[in-house]
Amino acid sequence: MRNSASGKIFLGLLGGCLAFAMGQSAAADELRIGYIAPTTGIFAQVGKDMIDGFQLYLDEVKNDFGRAQVKFIVEDEQGKPDTAVTKARKLILQDKVQMFVGGLLASSGYALAPVSTSEAIYVIPVSAADDLTQRQLSKFPYIIRTGWTSSQPSHPFGQWACDQGYKKIAAIGADYAFGYEVIGGFQKAFENCGGQIIQKIWPPLGTKDFGPYLPSLKQDADAIFTLMVGPMSLQFPKQLAAAGNKKPVIGGGTSYDEFVLPSMGDEVIGHVSALQYSAALDTPKNAEFVKKYRAKYGKVPSYYSETNYTTAQMIHEVLKRNNGKWPGGPDFIKQLSALKFDTIRGPVSFDDMRNPVQNIYIKKVEKKKMFGYDKEELWNTVIKTYPNVSQFGQFDKAEFLKQPVYGRDFPPCKFCE
Amino acid sequence: MNTGFWLIQAFNGVSFGALLFLVGSGLSLIFGVMRIVNLAHGSYFLLGGYVALSVIWATGSWALALPVAALSIALIGLLMERIFLRPLGFDPLRQVLLTVGFAFLFQQAALDIWTGNNFDINPPEVLTKSVAVGGLYLPLYRVFMIAMALAIGLALWLAMERTRMGAAVRATVDDAQMARGIGIDTSRISMLVFALGALLAALGGVIGGAFLGIYPGLDFEILPLAFAVVIIGGMGSLGGAAIGALLVGLADNFGKALFPEVSYFTLYAPMALILAVKPTGLFGRD
Amino acid sequence: MLKSQRAKVIVVAAVLAAVAAIVPSTNAFVILLATRALAFSILVMSLDILLGFTGLASLGQAAYLGVGAYLTAILATRYGFGLGLDFWLVVVFGIIVGAALAAVFGLLAIRATGVYFLMITLALGQCVWGLAYRWNSLTGGDNGINLRERPRFGIDLAHDVTFFYLVFAFFAASLLAMYVLVRSPFGQSLAGIRERELRMRILGYNTWLHKYIAFIIAGGFGGLAGVLWAHTAGIVSPENVVLTTSVDALLMAVLGGAGTLIGGVIGAFIVFGMREYLSTIVPWWQYVLGLVYVLTILYLPGGLMGIPERVRQRRASSHDPNKLVLLPGT
Repeated sequence: MRNSASGKIFLGLLGGCLAFAMGQSAAADELRIGYIAPTTGIFAQVGKDMIDGFQLYLDEVKNDFGRAQVKFIVEDEQGKPDTAVTKARKLILQDKVQMFVGGLLASSGYALAPVSTSEAIYVIPVSAADDLTQRQLSKFPYIIRTGWTSSQPSHPFGQWACDQGYKKIAAIGADYAFGYEVIGGFQKAFENCGGQIIQKIWPPLGTKDFGPYLPSLKQDADAIFTLMVGPMSLQFPKQLAAAGNKKPVIGGGTSYDEFVLPSMGDEVIGHVSALQYSAALDTPKNAEFVKKYRAKYGKVPSYYSETNYTTAQMIHEVLKRNNGKWPGGPDFIKQLSALKFDTIRGPVSFDDMRNPVQNIYIKKVEKKKMFGYDKEELWNTVIKTYPNVSQFGQFDKAEFLKQPVYGRDFPPCKFCE
Repeated sequence: MNTGFWLIQAFNGVSFGALLFLVGSGLSLIFGVMRIVNLAHGSYFLLGGYVALSVIWATGSWALALPVAALSIALIGLLMERIFLRPLGFDPLRQVLLTVGFAFLFQQAALDIWTGNNFDINPPEVLTKSVAVGGLYLPLYRVFMIAMALAIGLALWLAMERTRMGAAVRATVDDAQMARGIGIDTSRISMLVFALGALLAALGGVIGGAFLGIYPGLDFEILPLAFAVVIIGGMGSLGGAAIGALLVGLADNFGKALFPEVSYFTLYAPMALILAVKPTGLFGRD
Repeated sequence: MLKSQRAKVIVVAAVLAAVAAIVPSTNAFVILLATRALAFSILVMSLDILLGFTGLASLGQAAYLGVGAYLTAILATRYGFGLGLDFWLVVVFGIIVGAALAAVFGLLAIRATGVYFLMITLALGQCVWGLAYRWNSLTGGDNGINLRERPRFGIDLAHDVTFFYLVFAFFAASLLAMYVLVRSPFGQSLAGIRERELRMRILGYNTWLHKYIAFIIAGGFGGLAGVLWAHTAGIVSPENVVLTTSVDALLMAVLGGAGTLIGGVIGAFIVFGMREYLSTIVPWWQYVLGLVYVLTILYLPGGLMGIPERVRQRRASSHDPNKLVLLPGT
């Protein structure tokens, strides 16, 4: 390089331009969000809803979170906890994400929580594993939940069941953490107001043929409580009806959630469940969301869609308050837990254990027209709202935390023969 | 647990056994004639279901889906045997491994063509009802499954016992060398039997699809059950496959209902014990 | 022949040393992958002892990995055992438990040969899977068991590179042990059984006992692989003992080349590399894997390690490819 004055000036200008350009791009930070959901396997349908919900929000704001550009990386966990962990590690180590979001099953949640670090926090919109934000919270400082705990809807639901006059209920649910926690929460609440759970049956997760289990259902039950997920939700009511069941059927929210409701038949009309969302929620915000989602994806949004859309919204809100700069994992968590939101599912805030406090809706399957659609379809009509329900429900937090986490044998089945 | 409970459970077990007969009989025949352990058999089951779905989506006819799925998968089986298995000659291990390689390829292809979603094959309306028999509700679809298995089992038995081709197959199962010696074209028999096995598996997939659903992973879930049928019933024996299927269906059903904690163990442990005592299975010939 | 054998050993040692030196300086994800591949390789090599050296193709080796892994996980989470210096005890227990299971299963399986052996090992593997899946109170069923932390005894295994070296050390030790085994008189008689069992029996060898011992040894190494796998993956679930895991191990052994020990390792690295690395780059990686299997089985009976041999044979002009049966028959 010729050592001339013009050369030096040129270099100087070049350097200046570069510095200016870099300064500009530094203002547009990149926010790398890793997303873990099953895109193959028996829960692929659910995984699609999860991703679509999040993606819908990203598309609306054109991946711009308060001037931070969002890089959205999706990985398939196949509905298997160990695959989820491997993918999470890949996202953290290779893609250097600042947060990873998702995980479907409760077991995935329990497996993913330990993987979170201060550089890569774990935001949980779906996995409802109770203990993550209860007894095990102190082990996981880098997680925050934007969805729900498995037993959260069950606590008010148990009270509702008493109010209906049910005295004895037989329960059947998927044999894994989520099943135990939903049914456990229901049992605690139901027995607390005078009811009795007289049976608990646990078909393995993914069971399609309920033949072995249906004949065992106790005939003296007033109602049947079912907790089904994924393809089980579709098969069970059909087989229950085919076996000649005449009793009222109530269940966990995922048994009748919109991810599967459109494929169900008239056998589920009148079935009641509890969840923090229903696509039939008759509010302007929800109506708009349902119409938007349906127009884009051709189906009614499920709670999986809603919770992810809302989570994206929440992340955006925090980034906005930081002018698009990533405040670092621990600080993000602190800021998020201090906020209150008016979301599609209603008002949401966080308790001091980083889990949402929100409305719980008791919903009943009905065939009707809604939101101006001209066909009669199955909708989860909201028949009662319990506001401001925390993960501890009507129970005292300290007392609750002293008891063990809901499991296969907790609460113990005192009234089972 | 009253008699109603036992009867219904038995009925459920028999109906599941009917499905397993379809999957297992083909596997048993393939083994009997060719001594090949076809680890792609589960894939045939699954692909049969997927093809049926496509037919139903395209034409709306469930009845049409049955033969189309069965025949198309039979064709795939035939091609696989002709082009890939035949050149390996008599090397059972390599043939087994080849079938596994194909199982993986089929799995990926199915994922690409039909996506990873869960599907249900919806049978005609009439079959979704239940019939009440003496206070018990019997789902008609299960009755249909049993009827199909009986019909196909009968057809197979007639073919085996009453036709020349059947005699040739039985001769090949008993002693391939001798069969060749008396002029039977064992190579052609192998090809036909492999195709037949694939056809039966695919049929099982279509029928089972309404019952179990069709989704990625079903291929390797159904495979051990098919093996249980073949092992318990005996490799190469059609009657054995029927009995094996019945036993596996009942064991699976009662195991889950009565001993949920060890339900799969109650299924596979007897399988291992039978093999230990009689390596060719209960009714197997060697 | 001796010269090329020594040359082979030197090449292998050099490659391994290179791996040990290079991997830690790559990115954290590659280190993780390499660790997983090495731990699983121990299982694949144990299978090779059965397959390549004794002529027994087993479809149930994952069972031994499973019991080793579950033992480690249960001891760690339920009894807090194995997270300090007692980790070494867990290693010993893992080997014992794997060998013990093989001893029991072997009694049932060793009488069978060829395809029947395949079937019975499949059945036995399924038994273990069934228990892992449904014996909820012990194994956590579908949820599996999470291992929160890695052992700490002077050195902190939570550090990925340190852990890599530990697994590498176990792997190298296993490889060495198996190498010594197959070149020993016992190993030679196994090869003899693979080639012509009848003749060995006529010569007075107790072939059943030889096969049984080989089966137990393979089980022991499988248990060791399980202990390491539990800490590598951090989670133990029925997926570890499902049929496809046993199939994976078999395919890796065949892909790399049965009867070469190191072939299985190559196979393991290729499959893991494809499955976990390639899968994040291209969506059609499974076609590549499936095709590689099919082509290897059709045209490379000796696996990838058999390629130099094939090249040499081709150069020596007259040959018949179909005679190259480096895999045991029935």
